[in-house]
Amino acid sequence: MSLQSSRTPFDAAANRAVSAELKGLTVGQKKAIWAWVFLALPIVFYVVIRFYPTVSAFAISFTDWNILGEKSFVGIENYSRLVQDRVFWKVLINTLLYGVIGLPVSLVLSFVIAYYLDQVRFMHGFIRALYFVPFLTTAAAMGWVWRWFYQPSPVGVFNLILVDFGFSQQPFLRSTTQALPAVLAPAVWAGLGFQVVIFLAGLRAIPSTYYEAAKIDGAGAWRILREITLPLLKPTTVFLVVISTIGFLRIFDQVFNITNQGDGGPLNATKPIVLYIFETAFDSSDMGYATAQTVILFLLLLVITLLQLWYLRKK
Amino acid sequence: MTAEAISTPYTEASERLNRPLLRPSKVLMWSVLMVGGLLMVLPFIFMLSTSFKFNNEIYELSLLPKEPTLSNYLFLFEETQFFRWFVNSLLIATATTVSVLFFDSLVGYTLAKFKFRGQTFIFIAILSTLMIPTEMLVIPWFLLSKDLGWLDSYWGIMFPGMMTGFGTFLMKQFFESVPDDFLDAARIDGLNEFQIWWEVAMPLVKPALAALAIFVFLGNWTAFLWPLIVTNTESLYTIPVGFASFSGEFTTDWELIMTGATVATIPTLVIFILFQKFIIRGVMLTGLKG
Repeated sequence: MSLQSSRTPFDAAANRAVSAELKGLTVGQKKAIWAWVFLALPIVFYVVIRFYPTVSAFAISFTDWNILGEKSFVGIENYSRLVQDRVFWKVLINTLLYGVIGLPVSLVLSFVIAYYLDQVRFMHGFIRALYFVPFLTTAAAMGWVWRWFYQPSPVGVFNLILVDFGFSQQPFLRSTTQALPAVLAPAVWAGLGFQVVIFLAGLRAIPSTYYEAAKIDGAGAWRILREITLPLLKPTTVFLVVISTIGFLRIFDQVFNITNQGDGGPLNATKPIVLYIFETAFDSSDMGYATAQTVILFLLLLVITLLQLWYLRKK
Repeated sequence: MTAEAISTPYTEASERLNRPLLRPSKVLMWSVLMVGGLLMVLPFIFMLSTSFKFNNEIYELSLLPKEPTLSNYLFLFEETQFFRWFVNSLLIATATTVSVLFFDSLVGYTLAKFKFRGQTFIFIAILSTLMIPTEMLVIPWFLLSKDLGWLDSYWGIMFPGMMTGFGTFLMKQFFESVPDDFLDAARIDGLNEFQIWWEVAMPLVKPALAALAIFVFLGNWTAFLWPLIVTNTESLYTIPVGFASFSGEFTTDWELIMTGATVATIPTLVIFILFQKFIIRGVMLTGLKG
């Protein structure tokens, strides 16, 4: 376009002449016009692709609709149905279990790794990369890799190792009690590197003068950790708690790919809310009921975000 | 540890003078971290090595195939649509990344460097979209795509991700650090506002653009839920969706599934190896901002 031409003095002068023709406008007003020109398309995008669908999700949740027929308004029927739906409660508990187990396990592991890795210089970058790499992988692909690991002997790696060391085989994905942790493990594995890197950044941000002062005062490593490192690391920890909790509550790819037929089995033992939403909407075409579930998920995540904001505001 | 607790500044200094190069506790710490790190990548090693094995060898835990073979890869590329899915993903992730870089930085720049009525409102509105989970939007997106005929098309897969609140927020932060003097100088030179953004401001935030590009590309490369919903025709699958459907079909042919997983994962690993420093710095940057 005219991108190149304006580089010459002549065109610059012409440009100025054109600008002068927008007479009566102050520089500020002209800039405001540019701003709205820049924002025009993005505003359309955010309205059509973000806000309208959000409102529409709420609206559909008050209807009974199988996509093909007419929508009929049913008030809060979908929500009262949720309360009575045993599968939904099961799914909700599973979802919370993913968060309640996944969060502390991953956070403690990643903190310990970051805490010690921070003190290591030799091959620091390489070791950090080893922990970080799983974070970048396709969850669907890794789901199948772990699914293979969990197979009974002689196929699955875990059972082969267990048998080699003289332990008994474990059912893993076939057991209603072991399946959920088994599905969670690759999610923790994949997210660990991210948490480690964020913790490392947080640790790096603590001024070394604090540590020097503490050492001069004769504080031991344990006391320094408890009284300096952990308190100063709190913003980092809060950030990770929120991000990771939200991540675990939204788990889907792993479950869909690890469990047989992607059904969140055995007997719904691993089914998270997102998978239930997916099935309700796209297997049963029960759009009203499915969107009601998405509203519950939204509220769940909102509470966590608001808790974070409230906590940060408090400081 | 206890030695440190009782150390005075004096012993501390003398310790530094003749500190042994390798303290046993440090060596132990390093080794544990290293072993842990190797365990972290063990799944990849198994995946990679199995992809070069014949079916009769996959029950052995050996990491080096006895008779390495490319037959799994040949099967994947000749008998299935893996190559097509790979290309689909590449096109979709690239196009989405270009769009996000353009629009997120344009909006971020406008919010950072212009003063106009309604500015705060727009910023908060865009920021608030971060609170809405994708899972809540997929059903309305699906219905919208159905009404507009976008199901089963590249555009249908791409449109939800063409702009992001996160990228806008990130770019706004970076443009705020660009000095106004630079922009005013360009204004005096007669550049219009679009040129000032594109020719003056954009080159100054290249590192941020690069970081954003990598994250958006990887995010789209690995995206699963929405492509799974919006595509129905096999030839339009992205690689994660195609891989999942392929694996569901060949559900016990682990050597083929591992080959598919390798094909799906390799590009992300290559990107990581090439841009490692950038990616880690980018994660630290965005993480600390949160």
